[in-house]
Amino acid sequence: MLPAALAAMTEQLAVVGNASSLHRTGRAARRAVEESRERIARCLGARPSEIVFTSGGTESDNLAVKGTYWARRDRDPARVRLLVGATEHHAVLDCVDFLVAHEGAKVTWLECTPDGVVEPATVRAAIESDPDSVALVSVMWANNEVGAVQDVRAIADVAHEFGVPFHTDAVQAAGHVAVDFEASGADLMSVTAHKLGGPIGVGALVLRRDARLVPLTHGGGQERQVRSGTLDTPAIVGFATALTEATASIEAESARLVALRDDLIERAMAISPDIRPSGVWHRGDGVSRLPGNVHLLVPGCDGDSLLYLLDAAGVSCSTGSACQAGVPQPSHVLLAMGVAESDARGALRLTLGHTSTQADVDTFVDALPAAIERARRAREATAS
Amino acid sequence: MRVVAAMSGGVDSAVAAARMLDAGHEVVGVHLALSQSAATLRESARGCCTIEDAGDARRVADVLGIPFYVWDMAARFKRDVVDDFRAEYAAGRTPNPCLRCNEKIKFAALLDKALALGFDAVATGHYAQVVEAEDAHGGVRRELHRAVDMAKDQSYVLGVLDADQLAHSFFPLGDTTKPRIREEAAERGFFIARKPDSHDICFIADGDTRGWLTRELGEAPGDIVDTSGEVVGRHAGAFAYTVGQRRGLALSRPAADGEPRYVVEVRPETNQVVVGAADLLGVNAITGDHARWCGPAPEGVVHVGAQVRAHGEEYAATAWADGDRVEVRLEGRVRGVAPGQSVVLYEGTRVVGSATISASRLERAPVGSPGDDLSPATGST
Repeated sequence: MLPAALAAMTEQLAVVGNASSLHRTGRAARRAVEESRERIARCLGARPSEIVFTSGGTESDNLAVKGTYWARRDRDPARVRLLVGATEHHAVLDCVDFLVAHEGAKVTWLECTPDGVVEPATVRAAIESDPDSVALVSVMWANNEVGAVQDVRAIADVAHEFGVPFHTDAVQAAGHVAVDFEASGADLMSVTAHKLGGPIGVGALVLRRDARLVPLTHGGGQERQVRSGTLDTPAIVGFATALTEATASIEAESARLVALRDDLIERAMAISPDIRPSGVWHRGDGVSRLPGNVHLLVPGCDGDSLLYLLDAAGVSCSTGSACQAGVPQPSHVLLAMGVAESDARGALRLTLGHTSTQADVDTFVDALPAAIERARRAREATAS
Repeated sequence: MRVVAAMSGGVDSAVAAARMLDAGHEVVGVHLALSQSAATLRESARGCCTIEDAGDARRVADVLGIPFYVWDMAARFKRDVVDDFRAEYAAGRTPNPCLRCNEKIKFAALLDKALALGFDAVATGHYAQVVEAEDAHGGVRRELHRAVDMAKDQSYVLGVLDADQLAHSFFPLGDTTKPRIREEAAERGFFIARKPDSHDICFIADGDTRGWLTRELGEAPGDIVDTSGEVVGRHAGAFAYTVGQRRGLALSRPAADGEPRYVVEVRPETNQVVVGAADLLGVNAITGDHARWCGPAPEGVVHVGAQVRAHGEEYAATAWADGDRVEVRLEGRVRGVAPGQSVVLYEGTRVVGSATISASRLERAPVGSPGDDLSPATGST
């Protein structure tokens, strides 16, 4: 957490008050919530009334996808088709699977380029195949694994041409690249606090005032009747503080992270000729790839071996693949990008953030050659 | 040393990992994912590869403060253990998959991967002891011995380890009784201290081996015959029967002498199960192949104790190794020796080695006596 966010949240934790109550402490809490809402709205290019607080990105995605699907189908039973990017986060993918399995939804997966980008023409073709059946288009702003940033505005324009609402999962983008809800054209946008230096357990669904949603939780009618439940005031204050700080420093931080990222990628590629970054990567480019995202394919290695060896050397990274029952599976993102399954098993994902330093990059680069050598031997040992 | 602690999620491997840590080793916990479809075993109460077990292992690793990983060895396990198990039964033999798993997975695939990653050894929660002894050249030799708790002793299923595998293996529980290990787990604050032991075969979740085999191999109805060849019943697949088995025969005709009858032979080639009286089961000579030695291979005729099933009795015997083959001659008779089982040989508490039983029979003269030429065994009963 950013220190300022931690301090603001800690201070608020000591303050009693339910933002839904009318008494003095309630009013104080409500003021903290509404000021936070205004700050968050300002940072995201939205109106305060468009911010619906949730428990985080997963809930925001669920609310956006299921809520829109049900609302659209209620008004027109023919609108049951979801157009969804093949590289979405599981918070979106699994909603779609649920709606297909239990709610009569149909899905058209939007294919991506080898760089992980969904072309607006792909969205257009998918809609045109049967325009009257489409309930929602959902394409993430930036990919969590390979950092690919989408042309959100162009996709939103295509959707709106056919009168279809557009949702974007901006969990990875907000606070890291310029995110302007109004300018993006999106109707719904998911964000979460902990990806931008705020606390875990709070996020928001940014929701245009004319967007129609069927709520997932029913109760006190908080948050425009869309998301009932007592608001977590301290977390919301921490969220707003973190986003304000991240937004204020976004240009300087982006430049700093891009330099670290490029240094790391170039030095890793120099170690072995078959190491390559996945997704879009251009030196100095913090626009088409998230500034802090490093994703390397290391052929001949298993990601979990690299993970262990690098962890032992003091580097925290992930394999860039989802776990099923604790067993790493090849990433659906890489497979959608056309990466061979055996190469996908050797994926390594590092995220550079506000605490990352040049020394961290050096530690990683120094540890990598020995890790690769041992990981390759380990794969050979178990392949026989 | 840098040690991989194989953690099943059970109490034994948890305490084993803790003891390795106490001994000053650098320990990393590894849970083996062995099921092809781990998620489908979620509701299983038995076995040791459920998601819940992986979670229990992770929880213990967190309490110990050690790194924890899940290694996917499902494909290797299927090929080397499950497929082998099915093929052995289809061939009329009775395999022990735990030995196969120790030989091919835990102390091969797991150990090899660990060594490649820079570890020195693997530690497991098996009840057995490794004793360091001086070898003939003044060096140190690691010997495998029975656990002090004979009720839990698992040296039988480790009898397949060779000297090289043993050199990289730790069994930290061998000097302690099981009840004491449970107490220790509770003292260490492991919430799994009272978790029931796993039984049976981990990949047959409901414990119904015959049902599993029938699903895997398909029904193959055939005759149950007596030793004269007369049909006395029907079966749904000869593969589901084991020499020495009495229960579940459902014979249509009682024996003339009124005595109970047992499976005395399984004939996959004719899909017949042969039943007979108990005295037909008594053998004193065993031929084994696929010999594995936990130390130097024995030379000449040696006096040993022979054990033919897990937690079974040990019988005084003489044994003679000839390459991959082993001849064992028991001093008394033993019943229910099925082809495919392993015979593990002991010298005192030390495990000498093991072989897979290919044939057994009744012989008159002891092994090594004049005229014994170790010619290929004939007959299989």
